Amino acid sequence: MADREISTSEMTEAVEAVEATSWLDIKELSGDLVRGLWEEIPLFRLVLGTCPTLAVTTSATNGVGMGIATMFVLVASNIMISILRKVIPDMVRIPAFIIVIASFVTITDLMMAAFTPELHHSLGIFIPLIVVNCIVLARAEAFASKYNIIRSAADGLGMGIGFTLVLILLGSTREILGNGTWFDLPVLTGLMGLFNYEYQPMIVMILPPGAFIGLGLWVALANKIEEKRKGKK
Amino acid sequence: MDNVIEILLILVSTIFVTNFVLARFLGICPFLGVSSRIETSIGMGMAVVFVITLAGICSWLIDKFVLIPLDIVYLRTIVFILVIAALVQFVEMVIRKTSPALYNALGIFLPLITTNCAVLAVALLVVQNEMDFFPMLFFAFGAPVGFTVALLLMAGIREHTVHAKIPKVLQGTPISLVTAGLMALAFLGFAGLVKM
Repeated sequence: MADREISTSEMTEAVEAVEATSWLDIKELSGDLVRGLWEEIPLFRLVLGTCPTLAVTTSATNGVGMGIATMFVLVASNIMISILRKVIPDMVRIPAFIIVIASFVTITDLMMAAFTPELHHSLGIFIPLIVVNCIVLARAEAFASKYNIIRSAADGLGMGIGFTLVLILLGSTREILGNGTWFDLPVLTGLMGLFNYEYQPMIVMILPPGAFIGLGLWVALANKIEEKRKGKK
Repeated sequence: MDNVIEILLILVSTIFVTNFVLARFLGICPFLGVSSRIETSIGMGMAVVFVITLAGICSWLIDKFVLIPLDIVYLRTIVFILVIAALVQFVEMVIRKTSPALYNALGIFLPLITTNCAVLAVALLVVQNEMDFFPMLFFAFGAPVGFTVALLLMAGIREHTVHAKIPKVLQGTPISLVTAGLMALAFLGFAGLVKM
């Protein structure tokens, strides 16, 4: 599986190097999509967007909510910036990108307040703070301002999925260890209950230190996997 | 006297109890990015204190006298981010003209501050909690001071861990995150010190 991913992205690069390819190219698109899933997965490889990650992952559910909100903003702003990329003068491109991103963040904020009030309440200030999430601006600058709409959308989607996956991983770790539940299902508490033991939750995992240490260990694990993969090549 | 105590409580709680970096998770990127040396941390910390205090005051005034009277509070995010971006540019220009020494000390850190989420967070928190002017002022001052305290502590630790033998997979970001985790654990000791 991993090997196939490498070959796809390598091929994409090779194709890009030879010539500017046609407008819609499936290989190219899949390359854009999978790049966000491992090669440049936002939190592990680039370590961008750490603030919301650490803050909201007290449970897996919150992680999913934050991930989807960020993914929506990423895809929508990538598409919009790609459409406007020839209109925006180079001098003012960063402020222009920020306005586009801020508009979509406001839309997300209001939508979540209307349809998922509970989630909106538990994510709190971190929804408006998607504006200053480095991933979104980084993708706008590095990708959407250079490539066409479909490729930019694929890139945003890939990055968004990669970001969400890490949020779910970290959220699950913290919720299972710190509360004994997973997506509110009694995983550890239930398991220990079968043997008539009471699970003593590791409260520290829910508290701030658990977030830092949890993410630190996950990044270390990702580094280890990458090292192994490089060794194979 | 009551006022003095209230101000002290606000300062202690924003600097230690709900430390911006270690308890609220704001401004992690610069916290991990520029904490490798104490000198650069001091520069960054000063720039952050300066900008966040100004940003807090500006956004509080704009919210009170523009957004609320016009009933467009849903535009807060967009307006505040523009205010912050403009403010950072403005501060940079003013410092360059008036004080070259200060500019040399802070200059390179100023553009980085726009993307520091602590700035937007302070702007949003002071209006969401509907603070009065003076509590707001000390909140907007205490928060970045707390950031600077955490940054300096981190820089001090990292200057020592440079020479430590760290397993290869933990080098760089992972060890910084684990260190921050242990610092957060220490800061948990302040919890319950002040009841807000």
